[in-house]
Amino acid sequence: MSARVIVTTSGKGGVGKTTSTANIAAALAKFGKKVVAIDADVGLRNLDVIMGLENRVVYNFIDVIEKTCKMSAALVKDKRVPGLYLLPAAQTRTKDAVNPEQMIALCEELKPDFDFIFLDCPAGIEGGFKNAAAGADEALVVTTPEIPAVRDADRIIGMLESMGKSPIRLIINRLRPNMVQDGDMLAKDDILDVLSIELIGVVPEDESVIRATNNGEPMTMTLDSPAAHAYLNIAERLLGHDVPLMDLESYAGRGFFSKIKKFFRGKKK
Amino acid sequence: MDFLKKLFGSGNETSGQKAKDRLRIVLIHDRTDISPQLLNNLREEIVHVLVKYMDIDEKKIEIDLDRDEKAVALVANIPVLRIKRNSIEMK
Repeated sequence: MSARVIVTTSGKGGVGKTTSTANIAAALAKFGKKVVAIDADVGLRNLDVIMGLENRVVYNFIDVIEKTCKMSAALVKDKRVPGLYLLPAAQTRTKDAVNPEQMIALCEELKPDFDFIFLDCPAGIEGGFKNAAAGADEALVVTTPEIPAVRDADRIIGMLESMGKSPIRLIINRLRPNMVQDGDMLAKDDILDVLSIELIGVVPEDESVIRATNNGEPMTMTLDSPAAHAYLNIAERLLGHDVPLMDLESYAGRGFFSKIKKFFRGKKK
Repeated sequence: MDFLKKLFGSGNETSGQKAKDRLRIVLIHDRTDISPQLLNNLREEIVHVLVKYMDIDEKKIEIDLDRDEKAVALVANIPVLRIKRNSIEMK
């Protein structure tokens, strides 16, 4: 086995890179794949917390690079889903503690033992991004339907293209279908027109994401929520399955208040 | 009341409460986490002070932070070979 190495990136912070990484990794493990998620955000690690594995971190990937410990000692096995592993970042080091060559070597060491390696990239376009992207072949770019996020995604896509990453696929996160319907939010197609890369999934805004983060349990492990469903679909598409996009409009139209709103909207011009 | 809680799936603890507890523990760990460089400096300075008073086996020194869920302790294991009597009596 030789793993597919995928970097999750966005340029802008706070758009859901880490949440996406955790959920897609957990979903692929649920589909029977062997998956490792590497937290490439040295100094500001959070993938451990999102995955709920923070109490089990002993070593990190910089310890592996510096040969303080073996790879097997640094890998944290998720006991809830077979085949899911976390390779944590160091919290007391800085981004310059590693270089791109070392990241490539780290991924090469993991490749024979896994089906998928995810690199959860830090925000920004500096050293941390370059380190994370170096080891990857493919990329997932996460954006939200807002101008700053799409603009930064555009910048990141350009950099990933010049680094030769392929395919580069887009996740549109935190879309609010009702706002799109009202014309108050960039729609999926507006974003795709601008960025012109392949879309791999649209994740609706969903309160379950906050609860899942509170509980340290990726949604794709247990919960049945719109966002969990969207991430499961993304995982399936990564496996090459042809899964149609979710009908997000059906989420938008439900609920008493939205019906009232629709009624009044009809009366406005 | 309990059956209501069960019905709505909140169990004994809401996810917000759980987040509060997890955050507290994560911060305890983060705030006491120490880089290898800092630990090394600490070790050198401790040795520097100790050798004024005693001969120690520098190769066998173990200094590390010991953590559990609630507290963090600096644990040092420093083999002492001999106390330098004159340094104490100098006072």
